[in-house]
Amino acid sequence: MDIKDIIKPENKVYGKTPLLKDAILHYCPGCSHGTVHKIIAEIIEEMGIQDRTIGISPVGCSVFAYNYLDIDWQQAAHGRAPALATATKRLMPDKYVFTYQGDGDLASIGTAEIMHACNRGENIVVIFINNAIYGMTGGQMAPTTLLGQVTATTPYGRQADLNGYPLKITELIAQLEGTCYVTRQSVQNPAAVRKTKKAIRKAFENSMMKKGTSFVEVVSTCNSGWKIPPVQANKWMEENMFPFYPLGDMKDR
Amino acid sequence: MALKGAIVVDTERCKGCSVCIANCPTGTIALSKEVNSKGYNYLYMANPDNCTGCTNCATVCPDAVITVYRVKL
Repeated sequence: MDIKDIIKPENKVYGKTPLLKDAILHYCPGCSHGTVHKIIAEIIEEMGIQDRTIGISPVGCSVFAYNYLDIDWQQAAHGRAPALATATKRLMPDKYVFTYQGDGDLASIGTAEIMHACNRGENIVVIFINNAIYGMTGGQMAPTTLLGQVTATTPYGRQADLNGYPLKITELIAQLEGTCYVTRQSVQNPAAVRKTKKAIRKAFENSMMKKGTSFVEVVSTCNSGWKIPPVQANKWMEENMFPFYPLGDMKDR
Repeated sequence: MALKGAIVVDTERCKGCSVCIANCPTGTIALSKEVNSKGYNYLYMANPDNCTGCTNCATVCPDAVITVYRVKL
């Protein structure tokens, strides 16, 4: 059968969702942010909630998320996305409100905001991209950087006596009474992408059931910050990040 | 029942990250020798006969450049 006979609208099984705008993503080649954006766009399209979803974008690489997803957005000060999401959800309880934060935003400068928003049990979705580095500013050490990991500010690798220990923020948040769903996922292969999609969809559904905060961590790569090509970065993540940040649900009620 | 697939790549948006190539179970896709206007070697079907339309490549693509078509033979 000729390729021209296959490529017809009736045979289409997968394509870009119209919720993703035509703008070319500014992320580096192979960046996990793009995959997670796509997952969120597909979920919003499948649930038919485009006009009822408000995203809160952080400071970091994903600050420009509002250029790519065709929904309402608000941009928060560094780390303060959960505070803004709290206000948005309380003022407009019929909207689906989610924050999209990186590890430098959520686990460092925004620790207080995320802890208290989760402890209050705000009915929001938090999507936490953990790539163990400050990607936007040039690959400096983040709270989530692994011991021994080389970054711009830890050229000999992170040392516990000098730089402290990596922060498992998702485990901390799972202990809080206000959260209803806490999970850790990844997006390096099709199976992982489908699991992440399922988790984020569940989180969105939870936010309307008034069960509390849903928290989805996505262990990601930062191939520019780690200074390894995308495919090897995915392997490095599987070998080094997954033993310390094990995937799976931590809490589901 | 055999499945036959084909992909269409938005070559201008493709950044040549190769994550799709690593996840293609049939060795259908590869990076072209030519580059797009941003200087990236973009994705193309190197062995179009192998494609089964499994959508693995499109599922992992961070830039959503791949559209997948599939027919049952």
